[in-house]
Amino acid sequence: MRHDHITSAKQLSRGDIERVLEHASDIADDPSAYADRHEEALLGLLFFEPSTRTKMSFAAAIKRLGGDVVDMGPVDASSVKKGESLADTVRVVEGYADALVLRHPSEGSAQMASEFVTVPLINAGDGAGQHPTQTLLDMYTIRENAGLDDLTIGIMGDLKYGRTVHSLAHALTNFDTRQHFISPETLKLPRNVRFDLHESGSTVKEHTKPGGILPSLDVLYVTRIQKERFPDESEYRAVAGEYQIDASTLTRADDDLTVMHPLPRVDEIAHDVDNTGHAAYFQQAHNGVPVRMALLDLVLGGEP
Amino acid sequence: MTDDRQLRVSKIENGTVIDHVPGGQALNVLAILDIDGTGGEVVSIGINVPSDRLGRKDVVKVEDRELSQPEVDVLSLIAPAATINIIREFDVVEKHRVERPDRVTGILQCPNQQCISTGDEPVDSEFDVLDDGVRCVYCDTITREDITAHILV
Ligand SMILES: [Zn+2]
Repeated sequence: MRHDHITSAKQLSRGDIERVLEHASDIADDPSAYADRHEEALLGLLFFEPSTRTKMSFAAAIKRLGGDVVDMGPVDASSVKKGESLADTVRVVEGYADALVLRHPSEGSAQMASEFVTVPLINAGDGAGQHPTQTLLDMYTIRENAGLDDLTIGIMGDLKYGRTVHSLAHALTNFDTRQHFISPETLKLPRNVRFDLHESGSTVKEHTKPGGILPSLDVLYVTRIQKERFPDESEYRAVAGEYQIDASTLTRADDDLTVMHPLPRVDEIAHDVDNTGHAAYFQQAHNGVPVRMALLDLVLGGEP
Repeated sequence: MTDDRQLRVSKIENGTVIDHVPGGQALNVLAILDIDGTGGEVVSIGINVPSDRLGRKDVVKVEDRELSQPEVDVLSLIAPAATINIIREFDVVEKHRVERPDRVTGILQCPNQQCISTGDEPVDSEFDVLDDGVRCVYCDTITREDITAHILV
């Protein structure tokens, strides 16, 4: 994996995923053992749209490996279109850093940018495309809570534009999983993801309501349905309400159900779920650091 | 066999005959060749001609014109069974079937406006050719219908 670009979960084999997760698990057990692993390393952060959490998580990861960041800083959205090409930006910035992390509003941006650089480039979200490092921490969390084989997972919310969903669905095809997709008709999985799931021979079912499938799930992965996807507020409220869960909804679920969310949430998971045994979303967010440490260690050339 | 089906569209002296185009696709073939009549090309078309192989087929004959490889590549997407006959002095001097390439570069535009390949970047559009459609290598968008609408001019 050394010097590989990480642009899409599609490129990650079962072996790649297991290698990262096992390494993350070793790191989580004894993080201080890795504290001077990459003392000279600089990680270039190129965030063309705001994402405080993902950025902080990458910064924490490289610093806990002994390295540091060089950060392009916030970008005025309107200047992105008029300014320098992304291909030029990454070619300049790769001279400042040992690896690059890119968040960009255009789909395929990480794939394109990776064609112009030799240092490893990691996709931290490309529009409605992919978000592979989120997927790795999601997979890590699923493995800790429910295991990755013989898994029944429900993925609910905005499946059309949700890049975390697209990446996760791809990654899960490497394992023995049954994937249930729960969304309003207008926010169903995009054609390309559905095509790949079909090609992989995975068991995939689509639902418009969570109720029927809830009792059989090991994991429920909830994502936010954004207001902007609907023509007006009232339609949004009517639809979104169907995909919100609270502690009473979960009384019909298996006791061992794990509830996940890439965060930030608004009201799709009520706060009364937080103190149930189901809630794994804060743990999930915390897992971002060891998982990104593991990934960075591997792409920067550490031998686990 | 020179039967009257052949004669429905007259012979040409020099140029290209594109045969075994799926019935109804002839106008899209012209769109791929960027022929709209204003360039003065002499073109004959047979639409929905009975065909043993396809049931109904279209035939497009363009005089004094041969096809470029990118044109043949796009043609293969809408007419996978097409044959291309190069005519010189009324004789077929070359005849071959189109081949579907694995990838087409720089000839289609991604329909996804959020795709990086549609922006101001120094890359050509690039699509993997599927059994049924094409797929952008950058944003993964799959296009099946109306591929000719996305040809870059
Ligand atoms: Zn595209």
